[in-house]
Amino acid sequence: MAQLSYRDAVAAGIAQEMRRDERVVLFGEDTAAAGGVFKTTVGLFEEFGPKRVKDTPISELAILGAAMGAAMTGLRPVAEIMFSDFLACCWDYVANEIAKTRYMSDGQITLPLVIRTANGGGARFGAQHSQSVENWAMAIPGIKVVAPSTPADAKGLLAAAIRDPDPVVFFEHKSLLADKGEVPEGEHVEALGRAKVLREGKDVTIIALAAMVPRALKAAEALAAESGIQATVIDVRSLVPLDARTLLEHSARTGRVFTVEENPRLCGWGAEIASIIQEEVFSALKGPVVRITTPHVPLPASDRLEDAVMPSAVRIATEVKRALDSKRAA
Amino acid sequence: MSVTRQAHPAQRPGEIPEATRLQLFRLQVEIRHCEKRAYDLFLQNLVKGTSHLALGQEAVAAGFAAAMNKDDYTFCTYRGHHHTLARGASMLSVLGELMGRQCGLMKGKGGSMHLTSVEHGVMGSYAIVGAHLPIAAGAAWSAQYRGTKQVAVAFFGDGATNIGAFHEALNLAAVWKLPVIFCCENNLYMEYTPISQVTAVKHPAADRAASYGLARQVIDGNDADIVYSTARDAIAKARSGGGPSLIECLTYRHSGHSRADPAKYRPKEELEEWLKRDPVALYRSRLLAEGIAEAKLAQIEAESMAKLEQATETAKASPTPAVESAMTDVWADGGNAWRN
Repeated sequence: MAQLSYRDAVAAGIAQEMRRDERVVLFGEDTAAAGGVFKTTVGLFEEFGPKRVKDTPISELAILGAAMGAAMTGLRPVAEIMFSDFLACCWDYVANEIAKTRYMSDGQITLPLVIRTANGGGARFGAQHSQSVENWAMAIPGIKVVAPSTPADAKGLLAAAIRDPDPVVFFEHKSLLADKGEVPEGEHVEALGRAKVLREGKDVTIIALAAMVPRALKAAEALAAESGIQATVIDVRSLVPLDARTLLEHSARTGRVFTVEENPRLCGWGAEIASIIQEEVFSALKGPVVRITTPHVPLPASDRLEDAVMPSAVRIATEVKRALDSKRAA
Repeated sequence: MSVTRQAHPAQRPGEIPEATRLQLFRLQVEIRHCEKRAYDLFLQNLVKGTSHLALGQEAVAAGFAAAMNKDDYTFCTYRGHHHTLARGASMLSVLGELMGRQCGLMKGKGGSMHLTSVEHGVMGSYAIVGAHLPIAAGAAWSAQYRGTKQVAVAFFGDGATNIGAFHEALNLAAVWKLPVIFCCENNLYMEYTPISQVTAVKHPAADRAASYGLARQVIDGNDADIVYSTARDAIAKARSGGGPSLIECLTYRHSGHSRADPAKYRPKEELEEWLKRDPVALYRSRLLAEGIAEAKLAQIEAESMAKLEQATETAKASPTPAVESAMTDVWADGGNAWRN
């Protein structure tokens, strides 16, 4: 095991795949010589050279269009869209072109490509550079959606995304980039579509994604220490494909379920999961599924305001206690 | 609008071998026959949804297809029947797709606007204006990376020159010196509106070429010989590492934008002038004048018509796809599962 930061683990995952497969190419704005504005691609230009690691103009349409054209003709492109907010500039490629072409062509065209993008808040960048947009992507048939919460998963899930024969939008969380953690040395590949149970407790199940995972874990520890509430915490990791089985199993086991979502309230990923849970294990539930989300507002820039709207460990613990207390009161 | 005839310097029709010229004639005739049949089938309610015919634009498709290698890539717009046929897809597979039948190119899952035939190098028809220009650049980049000497050609209408993807694709292709040809079929109308009313320059594609360090090329898109020789030169340049080209072909669609459009916005005189310059009729006259026997041309026409009748009858008799196929091929494993 090696201690790696999340950002170095991203580069390690790409490097691992570029070493084993010459078809893998990497490109985006400031991705090559500069090593990425988030320093997630440091060293790759030096190791693999300008033919395989390329800087592009500020042209999101061209980046995703070129990725698609390259993928359908034998390459395995990894394209970077600097901030996930900028996906809105090239959403045609995600929603209309990349997602649908395999289906419309009756399987004649396959698109093994990865769109990497820096997602999420906490960096005080304001409303156009802070959004959590994973729920945009999961609404479209034909796109896989992955969002790691740890350095090990940043490497292992990215490697899996690059090897996957279908298009994957890979969300790297900005506020996790400096986090360090154990990453297996040597080849490391995780499976897409597997949630990870990080902590088991009998009382409640907390389901979280990306930067909300460490907050959920912190909340679980506080609940145990302060209130004796034992929480299971699950990292969803992959929204599409979704490991519904694991989520359902642990939802049924505790009967109390909470989703922790950074996305704004309406149509967040937790809404779909809550729907699946109530439809399939309703009789095992002891109360409604509770969604803890950012409220339905654009993200403010000020640290005080941004911290106030994003789900925090304190807010998660408070919501869990409130839900359990209201149940007891009833 | 009168056409400025600006023959490409390499245009010397006499240098095109007779076999190629007969191929150019055959392709144009087959496209003309098939597009007219698509219209008839629409009137019979056998083609549903929409369709965008390329009647009048046959020379562009024939000229490029005849100049391309089998493994070169074609990227079309929703007005893409002609290019798909020109690359070698059968009339049956095209008409079948328009009719939503099992025998269609994509077994009814794509429809008229998304014709795709990878085995013929047709890497898709794209119904979001301009979207396929960057995709063609990506395919060209892949060819350059793999060292295959393949060339990608993106065909698009005049309207696509005013969308952002046009600019982004042209710039990237020029910067990366990609083996891609951007071919604008300027048929004078972006859907229902004259392109001249909504564009800052006279030639929507060619007048912008300088922005990307490319040569300005405007050609008569109704002359299959000129299209062929221009395409041949641009393809040779791309194949040898000379980078992209942007070619504006002046042409005219004989019908409306789509099946819903009677095209009443076009001045009568303009339509008459362009009908006189029908590419298929012009090419037939030229071949006759240059000594090719009437019987030879009539034979090509008869063979095309026989092929069309056969394709039409077979397509009509083809079953509709099994309903289960609506649930297949979302993913590379052939299925649609998004959860366990």
